[in-house]
This record gives sequence, C-alpha cells and structure tokens, in this order.
Amino acid sequence: MTRFVKSWLGVAATTATLALGAGQAFAQKEVVFGLQCDRTGPTANVGTVLCPGYQDYIALVNSKGGVEGHKIKVLEIDNEYKVPPAIEAHERFKKDGAVLEGLYGTPQTAGLNKKLEEDKILGTSPGFGTASAADGKRYPYTFPIAASYWSQAGAAVAFAKEKLGGSLKGKKIAYIFYDNPAGKEPLAVLEDLAKDEGFEMRTFAVPAPGLEMGAQILDITGRFKPDFIISHLFGRAPSVSIKELKGKGFPLSKVVGLVWASSEADIIAAGGMGVAEGYNTIQFAGVGKDFPVIKDIEAMYKAQGKQPPKEMDSTVLYNRGVLIAALHVEALRNAIKAKGGATPNSEEVKKGMESIKGFTLGGLVPPMEITTADHEGGGWVEIWTVKGGKLVRTKEWFQGYRPVIQKHLAADASKS
Amino acid sequence: MFHRESGVFKTTYSADMALYPLPIAKWTVAVLALVFVVIVPFFVHEYYLSILNLIFIAIVGALGLNILVGYTGQISIGHGAFMSVGAYTAANLAVKLGLPFWLTLPAGGLMAALIGVIVGMPSLRIKGLYLAIATLAGQLIIEWTINRVPAISGGAQSSIEVDRPTLFGFSFNTQGSLYFFLLFFAVIAIVATLNLVRSRIGRAFVAVRDQDIAAEIIGINIYRYKLLAFAISSFYAGVCGVLYTYYFGIANYEQFQLVVSIDYLAMIIIGGLGSVLGTILGAIFVTLLPIVIRIFMENVGGLFFTTAEMANVISGLRLGVFGGLIIFFLIVEPEGLNRLWRNIRSYFRVWPFSY
Repeated sequence: MTRFVKSWLGVAATTATLALGAGQAFAQKEVVFGLQCDRTGPTANVGTVLCPGYQDYIALVNSKGGVEGHKIKVLEIDNEYKVPPAIEAHERFKKDGAVLEGLYGTPQTAGLNKKLEEDKILGTSPGFGTASAADGKRYPYTFPIAASYWSQAGAAVAFAKEKLGGSLKGKKIAYIFYDNPAGKEPLAVLEDLAKDEGFEMRTFAVPAPGLEMGAQILDITGRFKPDFIISHLFGRAPSVSIKELKGKGFPLSKVVGLVWASSEADIIAAGGMGVAEGYNTIQFAGVGKDFPVIKDIEAMYKAQGKQPPKEMDSTVLYNRGVLIAALHVEALRNAIKAKGGATPNSEEVKKGMESIKGFTLGGLVPPMEITTADHEGGGWVEIWTVKGGKLVRTKEWFQGYRPVIQKHLAADASKS
Repeated sequence: MFHRESGVFKTTYSADMALYPLPIAKWTVAVLALVFVVIVPFFVHEYYLSILNLIFIAIVGALGLNILVGYTGQISIGHGAFMSVGAYTAANLAVKLGLPFWLTLPAGGLMAALIGVIVGMPSLRIKGLYLAIATLAGQLIIEWTINRVPAISGGAQSSIEVDRPTLFGFSFNTQGSLYFFLLFFAVIAIVATLNLVRSRIGRAFVAVRDQDIAAEIIGINIYRYKLLAFAISSFYAGVCGVLYTYYFGIANYEQFQLVVSIDYLAMIIIGGLGSVLGTILGAIFVTLLPIVIRIFMENVGGLFFTTAEMANVISGLRLGVFGGLIIFFLIVEPEGLNRLWRNIRSYFRVWPFSY
C-alpha cells in the first residue's frame, strides 16, 4: 500500500517538475491557438482527418523555429458537435490566453458569434456557419475564410454553364440537398441565378440522415431528366447519391458536389474511385499531395524517424486542416510584424487576419484577400474531378457570380 | 441534504413534509446561498463560472424532464423539441416585438407547455415504449416545422439572433453577470420543484406513476394530472430553451435536436429518477465529467502519449469512461447518484456503530 502511494507521489512529482520545466522553456515567447474539433461526434469522419492536418502544420511551423520567434501552442478541444461543450471550449481558450480560435460546426459557430465579439477573439469557421458571416461589418470577429454555401452555389452554376456550352438558357438543373438549414441556404442564390440565366431549377430534399434517396434520384433521373445536378449533401449521404446516380445511369460528369460532398472517403465509400469516374467536386483548399507544404510535413515526419500519418492520404480534408492552420499562422505573422516583433494580443491578430493577401502556400490556399468588410476572402473555389482513380484539377481558383453573392450579402445585412 | 437526525422522530405529517427537516437545514441553505451568491462569483475564475452557467441551464431542463419521467412515469424523448418551442417563441417575441426577457421567458415556457399538452395527449391512451415513440414523433414534427416554416424560424438558416437580456438598463453580457441571471432561474426551478413534489399535485403524479388505475380509484383524475405533468415539464423545457437562447445569443435549429433529448434523459437516469437532488447531481455529472477527464488527461496523459496522439486519446477516452461510468453507477446503484448519496449518508448516520 505505501509503495503504491509512494509510486503515485513519484508520478505526481515528475508531472509537476515536467510542467514547471516546460513552462520555463517556453516562457519567453509562446502564443496559444484554440482549436475546436469533432473527433467523436456525428461528423467525426471530417474531424479525425481535418484536425491532424491542422496539428501537423503547426508542428511544422514550430519545428522550423516558430513564427517570428514565437512558438505556437495548440489547445485542442473536442466539442462532439454539441453546443454547450463548444461554449466551455471557448471560455477555456480565453482563460489560457488564446489569440484566436478555430471553430467547428454550424450550430457551434452560431452559438459563439456573439461571445467572440464580446471577448474580442476571432474565430474561423471555414465551411460552417451562415453565409452572411462573410460580412465583416456585421460579424466583426467571425471569419469564414473559405467560400460560403452561397459562393459555392454560384461557382457550381458557373461550372454548369461552362460544361453545358456557355449558356444555361432553357436548361434544367436539379438541386439535391440535405434537408436542414445548411442544405437550404444556397436556395436563395440558386433561385436568383435561375431567373438571371434562364434555366429551370427544381429542388429535391433528402431528409436526415440521408441514407435513403432512391425516390429522389428516381424522380430526378426518370421524371425531371436534368442537364446538370448540383448536390449539397453531408455525412454518408454523398456516397449514397453517387451510388444511386451511377445505378440509374446518369453521367457523373454532369454532377457537381459542394464542399462536404467531395472528400475521397465519400467517393471511395460509393464503390471506389473507378465507379465515380467523372464526378465533379467543389473544393476550398487544394487537393492531393503535390504541394511543397505537404512535402515539408512528410519530410518532418521522416526526420523524426516516423511514417507520415495515414490521415495524409485523405487529402481533401487533411489539406483543409492545413489551410486553416496556415491562415491562422499567417494572421499571427502579420500581427507580429505589425507590432515589430512583440507578442500581439487577440485584437491585433484579428487585424493581422484582415490583412491577409497574396498568400497561396504553393496553390493549396486560394488567392484570397481578407479585408475588414470581406471575411470570406472572395469566395474562391476550385473544381476537382475524378479521373483515372484520383481527383484531378479541372478548373483553377475562380469566383462564381461574385456580384450576385454580394447583392445577397448586402440585402441580408440591411434586413437585420 | 447533508445532515440527518440520528433516528426517525417525526410524529406529524407536517413534520414529514417539511422542507427543512432540521433547524440546521436552514443554516445549510444559508451557507449555500452565501457561497453561491457572494463567494463563488467574486472569487472564482470566469471560466469556471461559464461551466456553472451551463450546469444551471441543464438543471432547469433536467428538473422538467424528471417531473414527467421520474415523478409521473411518462416517458418522453421530445424534451429537446419543447426547448426549441420555448427558444423560438422567445426569440421571435424579443426580435419582432422587442419584448424584454421577463416577458419572453414566461411566454416561451407557456407556449412550450401548450405544445407539450398536445404532444402529451397520446399518454392518455398509451404508456411505456408506445408513449416514447409518440413523443419521438412530436420531436420530429417540431423539428420539421422549425426547419420548414420561415415565419417561425426566421429564414433559411433557421436562426434568430437575440440581444443580451437587460434589466433596468443593465445588460447581462459577461459570464459573471450571466451567472447571476442563470442562478436566479435555477434556484427558482429547484425551489418550485421541491414544493411541487410535496404538494397534492406532486403526490398525485407519484400515484399515477406507481399505479394509474389505483390512482384513479382513490379519486385522482389521471387525464388531468398526466396532461398537467406534460404541461409543467414542457414549461421547464421551454424556459430552459429560452435560457439557452439568451446565453448563446441565438436560437438555432441544430441546438435542440434529438440528441439533446437523449442527453437530458441520461442526466436524470444517472442522477436518479424522481429526485430533485438526483437531477442536480445528474446535470452536474453529465456536464462536468468530460471536462474533468480532459483536464486530468492534459496533466497526466503527457507521461504516456505524444501530443499528436493525445487529441485522439482524450476524445476516445472521454466517451469510453463516460459510458463505462454510466454502466458502473447503474450496476452499483440502479437508482442513480441520489440513492448512492443517500446510502453514504445513512452509513454515516449510525457510524461508527453500524451493525
């Protein structure tokens, strides 16, 4: 018994020493980033790949000596896609002096918008939250930093127009979507574009959890017979949609999936890359391993004598994690530079984020320009298509119908 | 709560029903009040206040569910939806009519009570698993309505942003001030429930739970009391939803989905069905356990895992330990944390002369 107690005391003492030692070693220049994740909740298929991407990029930056002499410490908290734990996570980040935080999840972003503004800590929500959060005047501390659903819808229509020979007049486009607020959000933009471009649009809602859509697909392919399909599905639903469309013989080259219907895992679960030949995806971060930064991360692992993690093979989601981390680091770098090398506070990091421009990380990050008014950075996307067993870039960074999106943003801002 | 006389000396019904069984109980309450009103808010870091705030909201919702499930024996898995009814009612009133929180809060509760009575009507004819499915239908219908009716949900995003609650020009916009705001309602909910369950209504609820035919024979109108239980329970849920709305600053569709109903059921089952103290313990347990596990692992886990592994380990361990502890507690004491607490207390009641 006493030996047991003693050994635990030993452990406790070691912990305390280690903690103290670590505290002293990094005491001079350390910056804390908060990162919310979903590694165990309903969207764990995203979180378990995206978050390692984030962590790896930060580890890479730290292994090269940090940002302008500052080491970065990431505090990661799993919010399980629930709102109360997200609030707790934010308060924890604030307590530990985080200068910025990466949010995870649409309801969590909604629940934190106000708190971020009150606490003056910026939060990034790429692919989450409402499209109107792109308006930096309305949500000063919320940064989507990636194409919103509106911008994605605009880009999807622009791509369809290109694919269908430059005109959409008299064409038919089917919009199949997950029946929740995120799924309905692009509707306003799509309806507007249908009027402007003169195409006929019909919508097909898929109720949660979206594992059964035989009726909708039959309706689309058998009755409506569209020229193009825009698919906005989440979770396991994209795989089901690919499989069903393939089964009905619809050409997948006439289908485009928005950002959460576009990871390798979605396509592989539909029966493999071979089955989905021609399927188009919209991406807000570069895909594949052909980027210097990805090579650097691999080299970092090799230098430590380890194999690169298997998450790296799921490049769509992994690279999104890298993109988020890279933009966080870039915001910090801008802030430190603006302060002449001193450690910035969260408001200065926000200004740093708002001065990101011309930072592309070898093509992984779009040529975005984040400003005080535009927290989306322009709404840039790429189209990647399944060709010969992998995703291939078919359309470089572009913005779809930017003026229409801006019109909607302005209209939304005037409503509130 | 923490103390007991050394035997049973009660000779009258009123003594048995008293809120304060011993004079010292009043002092306990006074000390608790002192701790929570004076000491905690001024000496505890804001971070811990934010956790307490989440617990306070959870207590209000869990008490409501326990009145229905624990005291009246009517199973409901539509609690999350009733919260959303309260949340959207209050948010609409606050945004469209500009009403203050002291009007929107009861309005949200009343609207939830009304919807609760409608959803609870099948309870007049069915019980048990059948009723669970009927309330599940209620949950899904309410979710669908909020998703699909922009007049209620305020547009495609189904979100309505509300301002912070204000009282006489004072805005509750920090964790510290929200602490008082939420503590106030949590205390009201606790006191109201304590009084409810020892009143005629509360006893009628228990009679309906234990044997509804017998209850009817001794003169309890079970239709009335079942619907009343749904109304009261949904009122609490509605208020809980309003509190969430003001705490988050937004009423959002995805905050009140089925998983929330399940979380609240977990709280009252872990805490103890049909017990106010158990409800509070359950709400604390479910809110706090993940945080405690994470903080523990952050401090100790570094000895066994690398930083990269740690994120996955913490997430996985939290789910594992959470599930394991639920099973453990329910095997050790099927009646929940409340019974566990009472066992400990009765052990010490005769300590050191137990036999």
